[in-house]
Amino acid sequence: MADEHKSTFSRRGFLKGAGVAAATTAVESANALAREAQAAAQPDPTLGPGALPVKLRINGQDHAVTIEPRYTLAETLRNNVGLTGTKVVCDRGSCSACTVWLDNVPALACMTLAIDATGREITTIEGLATGDTMHQVQAAFVKHDALQCGFCTPGMIMSCAALLERNPNPRLADVKHAVSGNLCRCGTYPKVFAATLEVAQQRQQTAGLVGLTTGKEA
Amino acid sequence: MNKFAYVDCKTVDETLAQLGPDATIKAGGIDLLDLMKDGIVAPPKLVNIRNVSSLRGITAAPDGLRIGPLSTLTEISVHPEVQLRYAALSDAAGHAATPQVRNMATLGGNIMQRPRCWYFRSTDFDCKKKGGTSQDCHAHEGENQYHAVINNGTCAMVHPSSTAVPLLAMNAEVELTSKRGKRTVPMSGFYVPPEKSLINETVVQPGEIITSIFVPAPEPGTRSAYQKYGEKESFDWPLADAGVVLVMAGQHCRQARVVLGVAAPTPMRATAAEAVLTGKTIDEATARAAAKAAMQEATPLSQNGYKTQLFQTAIYRTVLLAAGQMQRDPSAIG
Repeated sequence: MADEHKSTFSRRGFLKGAGVAAATTAVESANALAREAQAAAQPDPTLGPGALPVKLRINGQDHAVTIEPRYTLAETLRNNVGLTGTKVVCDRGSCSACTVWLDNVPALACMTLAIDATGREITTIEGLATGDTMHQVQAAFVKHDALQCGFCTPGMIMSCAALLERNPNPRLADVKHAVSGNLCRCGTYPKVFAATLEVAQQRQQTAGLVGLTTGKEA
Repeated sequence: MNKFAYVDCKTVDETLAQLGPDATIKAGGIDLLDLMKDGIVAPPKLVNIRNVSSLRGITAAPDGLRIGPLSTLTEISVHPEVQLRYAALSDAAGHAATPQVRNMATLGGNIMQRPRCWYFRSTDFDCKKKGGTSQDCHAHEGENQYHAVINNGTCAMVHPSSTAVPLLAMNAEVELTSKRGKRTVPMSGFYVPPEKSLINETVVQPGEIITSIFVPAPEPGTRSAYQKYGEKESFDWPLADAGVVLVMAGQHCRQARVVLGVAAPTPMRATAAEAVLTGKTIDEATARAAAKAAMQEATPLSQNGYKTQLFQTAIYRTVLLAAGQMQRDPSAIG
């Protein structure tokens, strides 16, 4: 506002004592000042290409990282945050080893720019356990020996745990569908299916028991 | 991946203001990041439209279905109205790629995918689609088992979009917006065959973005189906896929639209198959005759002759599925 006032004042001064050409120049400079003021009010929204501070909410905690816009979420989780449970195998969205949850929905960390994950709840395999107590799906994978080399396992568990959140009573076909993108070259699929179905069964039984003790069954 | 500047846009106007010679639009980012990681494109600036809320949402109205281009394939596949009245679209969206990709990939991005041809996707080959100096299509003399069997003389690519198949069969329209205003392009004119342009696969111009996809309401008696076949029964790129829309009166077919994906460089209407079905009673013999007619114009390459047989199977079974005379094929991808 101060600039506008000053430019208006100086334009009047010119108009009184100078010719048309000088007046035109003054109008242009006044317009330029107005544009500058407007630009200052709306800063350039372009980020990068260099590193910039980015806030990510991972497993319920806020993390501040400094990354370039080209960093994927998988790279950032592993290299900047130190959460190496998320595996990078194909790095092209074909194997799903890097599966994490974005706002509780399974997504590929290798095909997500970390900068795109700002403002979203990121859940990684490290976020499933409660302290030293494994998540039910993790425990069932151990019990059923549902892993061999282990590289696909974090992504596989994220897919299966997400399935049970949205469908507490899955059929075998639902489990197969849920992990249809998760490639396992060791061939652990039958045990993955058994582990996941067993957790579903356990949860049904627990829910049934709770129902009985509270009288809801009757 | 190359270094790039990044701009996050919240509105269509903000997006249009950011578009320029250096800018590339990013929505779900699946295909774009893939191309960037492979060094096929190296955009200096990405304009993120994922947070443009006006481009989200699916609205079912009496005149048809309006789909925001940022709707994910998962959102489309589970939408009750899409499942009920636009079954082929729901099926195509629900069987594309993997569950994780479907959660991230958008409909706009799906129809804007670049070719999967390995000569196009490899920096080791100077494919003419990338502006290379090679006179011939490398697939003609090279590895061509996944390539086009129809109209493959200039470039033997196939367009990978599954959803484009039902969208074309359902006479969908794409709304494009630029600083100059809006225009609507029918799906039948959305893709550009290689003989018209080697560089552009679609009519979308620089400075334009897709702002809506409209699918007209099916007329009474319409049934539709989509099936795709690949090397695996779980997720895979299709080797043959078919989308079929039939307007039926009992078992009598009043109108048929049969669309083939990955047969030619662009999704194509199989008009010869449609002619066989129209005005007939749909049964196994008619479906088989339609499938055969569709492949009459095929000119397979050295390694992809099997696709003409696979397409006949896909058309035959999908016509019968659409007519309600066959269950979904358990050997189809899904």
